[in-house]
Amino acid sequence: MASNAAGKPRVGLFVTCLVDLFRPSIGFAAVKLIEQSGCSVAVPRLQTCCGQPAHNSGDRKDTRALARQVIDAFEDYDYVVAPSGSCAGMIREHYPALFDDDPKTAHRAHALARRTYELVSFLRDVRGMERVDARFAGTVTYHDSCSGLRELSVKEQPRRLLRSVAGLELVELPGAETCCGFGGTFCVKYPEISNRMVEDKAQAIESTGAGTLLAGDLGCLLNMAGKLKRRGAAVRVRHVAEVLAGMTDGPAIGDGADGG
Amino acid sequence: MEATSRTFKDNARRALVEPDLQQALARMKAGFVVNRAAAVGRLPEFDALRDEARAIKNHTLAHLDFYLERFEQMVTAQGGHVHWCRTAEEARRTILEICRSVGAKVVTKGKSMIGEEIAINDYLAANGITPVETDLGEYIIQLRHEPPSHIIAPAIHVTKKQVADSFYATHTNLDASRKLEEPRALVDEARAMLRQRYLDADVGITGANFLIAETGSTVIVTNEGNGDLTQTLPKIHIVTASLEKIVPTLEDASTILRVLARSATGQEFSAYTTFSTGPRRAEDLDGPGQFHVVLLDNGRSALLGTELQDILRCIRCGACMNHCPVYGAVGGHAYGWVYPGPMGAVLTPTLIGVEEASDLPNASTFCGRCEEVCPMHIPLPKLMRHYRERAFDKGLTPPLPRLALALWAFLAQRPRLYQALTAIKIRVLGALGRRRGRFRKIPFAGGWTRHRDMPAPEGRTFQRMWDEAGGAR
Amino acid sequence: MSAAREQILATIRRARGRDGDDATFHAAAEQRLRQPPRGTIPARVDRPPAALIELFVEQALALSATVDRVASAADVPAAVAAFLARENLPATLRAAPSPEIEALPWQDRPALTVTYGRSDGQDEVSLTPAFAAVAETGTLMLRAGPDHPTTLNFLPDTHIVVLRASRVVGPYEDGWAWLREAGAMPRAVNFVSGPSRTADIEQTIQLGAHGPRRLHIVLVEDGDGR
Repeated sequence: MASNAAGKPRVGLFVTCLVDLFRPSIGFAAVKLIEQSGCSVAVPRLQTCCGQPAHNSGDRKDTRALARQVIDAFEDYDYVVAPSGSCAGMIREHYPALFDDDPKTAHRAHALARRTYELVSFLRDVRGMERVDARFAGTVTYHDSCSGLRELSVKEQPRRLLRSVAGLELVELPGAETCCGFGGTFCVKYPEISNRMVEDKAQAIESTGAGTLLAGDLGCLLNMAGKLKRRGAAVRVRHVAEVLAGMTDGPAIGDGADGG
Repeated sequence: MEATSRTFKDNARRALVEPDLQQALARMKAGFVVNRAAAVGRLPEFDALRDEARAIKNHTLAHLDFYLERFEQMVTAQGGHVHWCRTAEEARRTILEICRSVGAKVVTKGKSMIGEEIAINDYLAANGITPVETDLGEYIIQLRHEPPSHIIAPAIHVTKKQVADSFYATHTNLDASRKLEEPRALVDEARAMLRQRYLDADVGITGANFLIAETGSTVIVTNEGNGDLTQTLPKIHIVTASLEKIVPTLEDASTILRVLARSATGQEFSAYTTFSTGPRRAEDLDGPGQFHVVLLDNGRSALLGTELQDILRCIRCGACMNHCPVYGAVGGHAYGWVYPGPMGAVLTPTLIGVEEASDLPNASTFCGRCEEVCPMHIPLPKLMRHYRERAFDKGLTPPLPRLALALWAFLAQRPRLYQALTAIKIRVLGALGRRRGRFRKIPFAGGWTRHRDMPAPEGRTFQRMWDEAGGAR
Repeated sequence: MSAAREQILATIRRARGRDGDDATFHAAAEQRLRQPPRGTIPARVDRPPAALIELFVEQALALSATVDRVASAADVPAAVAAFLARENLPATLRAAPSPEIEALPWQDRPALTVTYGRSDGQDEVSLTPAFAAVAETGTLMLRAGPDHPTTLNFLPDTHIVVLRASRVVGPYEDGWAWLREAGAMPRAVNFVSGPSRTADIEQTIQLGAHGPRRLHIVLVEDGDGR
């Protein structure tokens, strides 16, 4: 379907299960940013999960079923945007190959994949946003979530937009590109190995002296925040969308109503 | 070698708390990873070469029978022999027969992963022939009765003190009060001890990084010179190589060699890269009198035309394991067999069965670093996922995770039910967690909360809030 | 032909799923063998011959080889004698019986003992020619033959190589072109880049693992051969 009469592209927001269940404020930050970039946003009701857990567990049947559901729900938008590199990557990079035996669905999957973007990549690469109108007083460091980085080339875009935030100082995280150890079911199937990876990551984060950790994937953020809290670190953890949208009044991830 | 891949979880748990191993892994990360990046930085053509390398191997696999037959023809024309072996057992018997044909007592060995795969050392020893590893890393692990823990640096997990201890225990003809504190002294001692073995050996066995169809040559890539002494001095040179090592021409080998050492150690080229073609010529003054290539299938041809074919492009550089955060946490022995790390997570279930090795392709976050650094562009996460699918179809997933997954998939395919149930659950969890913002313990989530807190949900679902805000659908 | 061979080849052919004319299917492979294509050649070797020689020397030194540059073949024995004295090595060489080496004026250095042949492990110093040298990575290309036994490259502690500047090429591919022109493949082609080394003990590099500890190159500036 074409954009609405005003010529604004119509974006379907892929909320992601984690944002929907754990931290809706990320969804609202995403909506705000997408609207700021000159689009209208709608949220299809019949969405739940992109199918990654089934996909990575080898359950091809359920993965295809969930993919069809997503394809059906998001057919009518100019773009599909997700505040998650792994979910956007799932749709963009993995959906088409799921339907090698079904040319009709494969065609629809390709069409959907072409229109699907991770949030910050959408703002920079598609909408050409140069800056955001937000302020944030403090030092932040940024973790590159693996799928966003390697499947979707999300690297410079969040850094570019963060540098435009008034008052914000960005310090690079040593080993920013190293996996945090979440990996979906990996962190509960191989807890000791995952723990080692997230411990190394927490040490690197603490070594930057930054007051806030940001990333583009809530799975990674829950993992890192959980570890930092267990270590008693003072670092606050948020999704990058929250800072870019200037929506940092609420508690950070893992922080109580009292702010700690 | 006896596989312990079944006990990967226990192996990994132990490895995580072994201080010597952890120190060695830290050194590896500082070494190989940094050096590879520097070497790649110095070669602007690196990415173009990777693409060409992949194309060469794909072309070769498409014409594998043609190139193998040409290789055999060229080897034979030079007076060499090619022995086609379907299985590890056939390869072992062939090698033994060749050794017996000259009454061999001592066999020197250059590093060969195929040698490990077919467990040739134990077999030769059981048949009265002494195998002597000459690659320093392989020599060290031979003394320690251990398998290799890395495909190019087999003793990477061993400290210099542990090496010294092995030397003191084994080289008993030397002065027991000698100092073996520094690597220099250890290398010098190994050099001296092995020198006579090279000269005494009846047969020398090497692996091959490449087989060249055009010329019937085999190629080894080493730094020590041990592979060259192993093949030049004895009466017989045996090359053990699996089918997919073949490339068409000398130029093709050169293209791939440009990315091999750089990916492995960060060197531009290894100290010794040798192209061997047949036995000594009539006029030569040295060289082996016989040249045998033991060409091993052991499951490779069965991969052609399947989703796993791409693993046949592997050139055994080790870059994947050098960069893997899981290998970097647990080391090579945890994987339990010959091939560790990401390539091992694919090759091991291929060669010993997915039932024996199902943990290996599962113990990955699919971070994709391996695929990113692989010089042959092998899509390792995709291949690991393929094994997860095989295991799932065979019902090898443990019951509890399988049930949880089925429940999740069931609900997720029914959005209205999903949204109704989750709204309730999230409200409860949100209320419980509001004050502190996180949980230290959650029932059924011990795997998570043993090591980290669980941040509490905000308490409402986005879908519900969007409804209330009258947002567009 | 063996059953194993037939079965393996049959499995490979079945996987391809083609019936039909194997000969036409493999035409692309036949062509590749007839006229081996070159891949990407690194730009660093895209320079005039004199500059390639400098590149070779720079790379070889970085690999811990040592290099002596002499104006002509006549200067080689003196350079070798001086090297041996500098390194406190005995004035005895085991040399490759190649016409190029035998023709050098060893009579100018009667204190040097030069014998010809392979090594049996008792020689401290060997001396050989080089078929070519690859400037791309500072690598020597040594061609085995009756005039160049392989044991000279690996058994002695010190290996001296007499390299004519006209034998320096840019990329490996040029070395292969020359090798093909020179006749059938030899038993061994050794590409040697610096002395023997290992990092197998705690990742610290040690020279002289099993092959020579020292690699010394005497570069004879006989022009760039173009």
